[in-house]
Amino acid sequence: MLRFVTKRLISAVLVLFSISVLVFLIFFATPGVNPAARIAGRSASPATLKAVEATFGLNRPIPIRYGLMMYHLFIKQDLSSYVNIGDKVIPQITQAAPVTLSLVFGAAVLWMVFGVWAGVIAAKNRGRFIDPFIMFVGIAAVSIPAYWLGEVVQLITQTSLHSSVFHWVPSTGFTPLSQNPLQWAVHLLFPWLTLAVLYAGIYARVLRSEMVNAMNEDYIRTARAKGLSERRILYRHALRCSLIPIVSLFGLDIGALIGGSALLIEVVFGLPGVGMLTYNSLTNLDLPVIMGTVMYGAFFVVLASAVVDILYAVIDPRVRVVS
Amino acid sequence: MSDTVSPPSLTLSELPKAPEGPWRSSVRQLRRNKGAIVGLVVLVAIAAISIASPLYVSLVTHLNPFNTNLNGSFVLNGQTIQVMQPNTQGLGLGVNPIGPTWDFQHYFLGADNLGRDVFARLLYGGRVSLLIGFTSAILCSLLATIMGMVAGYYGGFIDWIMSRFFDVIWAFPIYLLAISLSVILLTSGLNLGFIHIQAGSLLLPILIIAGVYVPYVGRPIRGLVFSLREREFIQASIGSGASDWHILRREILPNVMPSVIVFFPLMVAFNILTESALSFLSIGVQPPSASWGTVLNDGLDLLYTRPWVALAPGILIVITCGALNVLGDGFRDAFDPKAKLRGSV
Amino acid sequence: MLSPESTPILEATDLKVSFSTRGGIIRAVDGLSFAVGAKETVGIVGESGSGKSVAMYTMLGLTRDANVSISGSVRFQGQEILGLSDTQMRPIRGGQIGMIFQDPMTALTPVYKVGWQIVEQLRAHTDLTKQQARARAIELLGEVGIPDPGRRVDSYPHEFSGGMRQRVVIAMALSCNPKLLIADEPTTALDVTTQAQILDLMTRLQENYGSSIIIITHDMGVIAEMADRVVVMYAGRPAEIGPEIDVVRNPQHPYTWGLLGAVPRTGVRTERLATIPGNAVTPLNVPEGCAFAPRCSFVMDQCATRPALHGDADHLNACWLSPAQKVELRGKVLRGEIDA
Repeated sequence: MLRFVTKRLISAVLVLFSISVLVFLIFFATPGVNPAARIAGRSASPATLKAVEATFGLNRPIPIRYGLMMYHLFIKQDLSSYVNIGDKVIPQITQAAPVTLSLVFGAAVLWMVFGVWAGVIAAKNRGRFIDPFIMFVGIAAVSIPAYWLGEVVQLITQTSLHSSVFHWVPSTGFTPLSQNPLQWAVHLLFPWLTLAVLYAGIYARVLRSEMVNAMNEDYIRTARAKGLSERRILYRHALRCSLIPIVSLFGLDIGALIGGSALLIEVVFGLPGVGMLTYNSLTNLDLPVIMGTVMYGAFFVVLASAVVDILYAVIDPRVRVVS
Repeated sequence: MSDTVSPPSLTLSELPKAPEGPWRSSVRQLRRNKGAIVGLVVLVAIAAISIASPLYVSLVTHLNPFNTNLNGSFVLNGQTIQVMQPNTQGLGLGVNPIGPTWDFQHYFLGADNLGRDVFARLLYGGRVSLLIGFTSAILCSLLATIMGMVAGYYGGFIDWIMSRFFDVIWAFPIYLLAISLSVILLTSGLNLGFIHIQAGSLLLPILIIAGVYVPYVGRPIRGLVFSLREREFIQASIGSGASDWHILRREILPNVMPSVIVFFPLMVAFNILTESALSFLSIGVQPPSASWGTVLNDGLDLLYTRPWVALAPGILIVITCGALNVLGDGFRDAFDPKAKLRGSV
Repeated sequence: MLSPESTPILEATDLKVSFSTRGGIIRAVDGLSFAVGAKETVGIVGESGSGKSVAMYTMLGLTRDANVSISGSVRFQGQEILGLSDTQMRPIRGGQIGMIFQDPMTALTPVYKVGWQIVEQLRAHTDLTKQQARARAIELLGEVGIPDPGRRVDSYPHEFSGGMRQRVVIAMALSCNPKLLIADEPTTALDVTTQAQILDLMTRLQENYGSSIIIITHDMGVIAEMADRVVVMYAGRPAEIGPEIDVVRNPQHPYTWGLLGAVPRTGVRTERLATIPGNAVTPLNVPEGCAFAPRCSFVMDQCATRPALHGDADHLNACWLSPAQKVELRGKVLRGEIDA
């Protein structure tokens, strides 16, 4: 087990390192890209460009620049923005993270509840009207661009209905949980729902197909031959086995969303989370911030996949022996 | 034999026919799947209408949807109507583009902020969105299949390198990667020495979208090939001295194809959604080209006054991706019922 | 059909199971009648696809296909069980009729400990407390020959070998002292030495528990070892039914000759093993007359009409050959001179 964890850890660090190199190369070594020109502005004179290059150390060799950036980001932790000079990267991220965490965990609770519920109902009623109906809704849910759904939600809650039914819905923004829990929930309700629609659709579809497969397994026949009730067979045997892939999906999705995939939802609802921070820094080409947020995001994705591996061993006894 | 036994009265014609091949039976199963057929029909209809968009413009509206038309007007039911109309809300300052006329000859869905016909732009946008969706999917499947097969078949160092490559891209939040690449490449274009791709070229979003999804298809294919390699029929081929090329092409590829086929419609759907998301952030398709995503982006400023500009492209995306997903389910049932699909972007 | 001194535990009469498919109607079981007496072992033998498993699953109400149609009668301890609802069948399934499956590797739910799975069945049919049920599970595991049952009760199915897993399945099937045990090819998925051990175990347990057994197999060797009575099935129809000793020593149907000829026996010198030419009929193309006719070497004009089961006392067969022909041809087949 110790060897497994060590191996897992080393490969995680390797992946994180590769991602940092990849990001660095994308922004500094893509043929034709000149970060100095980007910082100095389109019509900067050659002298200004030189000055900018010197200030930001852009005239030094790429490996050294990479090393310096990593040193300031991780060791001295004082890496600061290229655009808003003096703004440190790490405090910006730690400020934005609670927003993203609130958004993702709230949505996760919703989509797990709805997705599992819909998947079980569909699998249970296979062949009846309700099954294709739920699957149709599921397909619609996975086909809707989430940001567009967000805009539609904004349209519904902020225009004519805003004076009546939806007067309590704030247009954008975020209130920290510690400040006012009710406002926190009110601000996040529609972002949660919007984000949850897509994932509930995915989970319902995956769970249904897993359960339909499980119901054809030999062990279900054994369970029937044992004289168990259909209910017990469905929940204790079929659902229990079908949840294994769902749990791994869940871990990876949470990781990706905390890591920045919720960006579009944050932009649409004006939530100042990590996704928004990344988006703003990308449009400004503010490389230190980009590097910080991408490393933060990749950290969660890698962490999530490690947690999933360990969780797998807990819920699927077959894996335990192998690892 | 005893002579009391008469000769067989039943003949060979009653032997069962040879079973049909897996391809034919899959296609036959697909043709029986009503949902998949509906999905296919919807998809073909949308594609046909999009492809025919120049006809609509030249025969019906006579108005180039790529030119600004701020001072334009048209005649509807005997009345002359300005494309840009004075704002009646708020302070009454400025102009608003005209809303939907529901008349196919003039601004069916209204105009955007530049006075351009939204409906015609949507039709043209469909061409671009579908083009990006399909070409990216083809490119991505091709790359992923080659990489997955090579990694899974040869194993060893090649496999190690490719798997790490997949791991890295996999751990990179997909939108962040696509956005990073887009931001950089859209400012400068891609200059690889021998080829230069202009910053506004459609090729950029196609390449970016194809690239970021490679691990999503490549990983499962690598796993599949890896397990196929241990199977007796492959081992037999290796043992009988067949060349790697022959084994990859004749033995492994036919077993990998069903998975690729099952992934394909979903890939197209992912790609269309990704393109629209990038265009929504103004880093996807660049003007003068239009796609559903860019029309949607144009409509954001008008969301509260002329909601149809943003609603219509979204609805088209939902219908198209929905049809592709239904088709994908049909493909899965017909070609590879055990395929594990991940219906997410 | 039944020896008069015993009342049957289970009696199936003219059981028919058919599935309507796109290609036509598949008659998986077509007029099967047999009875199982107390403490008796009945072997049902036939090739794969002969409908033997479908018949068993149908009797227990485990055939869950929207396109199935079932007719006939199955009486268990005098009670008609064909057509009972799931709720009515539940106490019988697992409680009074235990089942053992072909593939022990997939027959157990992979995510639960074996003890948990036995306890689950015990608690579904008895009033035992958790502790009592667990104690009983350990006892059962010991009885089926699992070493160190007190520890193994907390192992997961994948931690057992195939043979050991089949022992667990048997322990589970026996947990509620069933009157009848249905074993669907219990040894097919196991290696040869394990096969013998499992058959021995079943014989021993039958003596201890006094259950009747229906054993489904395609292996005449298993029949010879286990069965008191035999039903030979071909294409969903019974070809020959009778006491094991009669069917093996004095087989009446050419199909049975083929099955017997395919088993190598010590002490009998044969040039080569007999084979049955051709493949089993596909279930969609079962001939109007005798189902075996297309593969039978002794086919006659009469064979275009379906033969009824006939014969003397309780040894019945469905073949048009006259008794004299049967004796003569059988000898040649079993000596390996001609194919069945």
